[in-house]
Amino acid sequence: MRNRFTASMIAGVAVLCVLSLAAWPSPAQAPAYRAPRTADGKPQLSGIWQALNTADWDLEGHAAAMGPVPSLGAVFAVPPGLGVVEGDEIPYLPAMAAKKKENQANWVKLDPEVKCYLPGVPRAAYLPYPFQIVQSQNNILISYEYAGAVRVINMGAPSKAPADSWMGWSNGHWEGETLVVDVTSQMEDTWFDRSGNFHSDALHVVERYTPRSADTLNYEATIEDPKVFSRPWKISMPLYRRVEKNARLLEYKCPEFAEELLYGPLRKKPSN
Amino acid sequence: MLRRSLASIAALAAAMALVMIVRSPAAGQAQPPGAKPAPATPAAKSWTLPRTQDGKPDLQGIWNNATVTPLQRPKGLGAKEFYSDEEFAKLSTRIRRGDVGEEAELGAARENDLRYDISLYGGFDISKARFASNKRTSLIVGPEGVVPPMLPEAKQRNAERAEKNKGHEFDSYENRPLSERCILMAQEMIPMLPGAGEGNLLQIVQGPGYVVFLHEIDHSTRVIPTDGRPHIPQNIREWQGDSVGHWEGNTLVVDTTNFTARSAFRGSGEKLHLVERFTRNADDQITYQFTVEDPTTWAKPWTAEIPMTKTEGPVYEWACHEGNTMISTILHGARVQEEEAAKKAGK
Repeated sequence: MRNRFTASMIAGVAVLCVLSLAAWPSPAQAPAYRAPRTADGKPQLSGIWQALNTADWDLEGHAAAMGPVPSLGAVFAVPPGLGVVEGDEIPYLPAMAAKKKENQANWVKLDPEVKCYLPGVPRAAYLPYPFQIVQSQNNILISYEYAGAVRVINMGAPSKAPADSWMGWSNGHWEGETLVVDVTSQMEDTWFDRSGNFHSDALHVVERYTPRSADTLNYEATIEDPKVFSRPWKISMPLYRRVEKNARLLEYKCPEFAEELLYGPLRKKPSN
Repeated sequence: MLRRSLASIAALAAAMALVMIVRSPAAGQAQPPGAKPAPATPAAKSWTLPRTQDGKPDLQGIWNNATVTPLQRPKGLGAKEFYSDEEFAKLSTRIRRGDVGEEAELGAARENDLRYDISLYGGFDISKARFASNKRTSLIVGPEGVVPPMLPEAKQRNAERAEKNKGHEFDSYENRPLSERCILMAQEMIPMLPGAGEGNLLQIVQGPGYVVFLHEIDHSTRVIPTDGRPHIPQNIREWQGDSVGHWEGNTLVVDTTNFTARSAFRGSGEKLHLVERFTRNADDQITYQFTVEDPTTWAKPWTAEIPMTKTEGPVYEWACHEGNTMISTILHGARVQEEEAAKKAGK
């Protein structure tokens, strides 16, 4: 009896895989991969993950460029990247494109990452730091190394944010192999990258995490913000598992590293 | 065509879901049965410890350790570790009238009375104040009930540190307390000592091989591996140390070392060694016990025990650094004062 169930399940899965391929043929997508399962049959996404690209420098394609601190030379120059935006360009409303340019011109002064502020979503996913997914039944926690940022994705009945916050309010559900997370109620103060790409308090992000092999995930985020963009747009990139045997998130409490920048000018002058 | 494919996928998914449901009891048979809400009556014997999918005791949920029980035993109680039921009831009534004696410690509730939804915490309402349900006279266990005497070298170390800052409290951000700087706030620090009113929320999430403790205060998060791996190398020191865990029967044991000397728990140094034990002993209660030792600070280890009670969420995001206007306001104020003083002296 049990065998028959297992057999029909395997058959079902096989058909499902074939159908998935037929229904969503996309050259960018890896061949269908079936992730290991949790005890309740959900794809197992637990692990330490990290993006390996230059999205945090600029979501759009960009050439290498001089860094903001000449004395740091080649160590902190801007590395080049092909970009992660579908269609290559972020569709700003005409008036908003100007603000993006202004942000970019004043990057070091205005970027919340420089000040060690919580990064918001989706930026948290592609900062140059690892993050860890801890998957439980009723919720999925993501702990980010940068700034000790954290979010708990509610996997139960969708709930409403009690207040706006830097990391937003996350409701998740499964669509086949994919964890879909709906993120609302984010503060307007976060950015998307070090190039001044920004949003308003109307930001709505839908993330999709799809296992593509044992050690890689496809990460997609659809970004919608009618106050800033003319239409929803999408970024996508692989995330890589940190496969080191002793991989761990370490403490990166960065307020300490931003204090001189924020409060240094208020320090007592030696002449006083 | 696409629509038809989608329809068959939906049908298949439904079939699969059914298969899963049918299968799951079999899969679960190897494990003890799942969570059952504890009955309201004191018939605790019928309670079954809930377990996670991988068979570990389930500690998950949002917990509150608020209590007015003081860390150290009030003088005059001698070796008395527990109140009698009668004494406990009397004391509870007294504190709720606002009659705060030595037996109670209001802690954080005395000072921080601004909160955007204080009703969640209930702590500022003295009529809801409570002692630890274990009826202990102090959180510290044992006949002494107090922190062991500080060693002379530790006294000197701490006195030197205080002396160095004396007269320079407003010179720079470096002279301000860690809590003001949003680096370490009292109730994100480990071991976890409760306040009387707010900031006591702890969310526990368990995944395969890990237990996560998320403090509401400053979104402080410890992701603790329970797979038996050793600590990170000793030369890597962290404000909150390095925590690794393992299960001893139904108790989660978390061992933490690699502290910095700067995090100083009650004057401790970087040799601080913390062992925490979490035991779920009712549907709505976890007993949290910690032992700290530091041969450079105290003559002997000491242990405290604090019941944590299940509570409702949500856990709010506590973005301390992002909203920190305190440091700049304090430093700015000090500079203005200095300027004014200089002007006055010049006249």
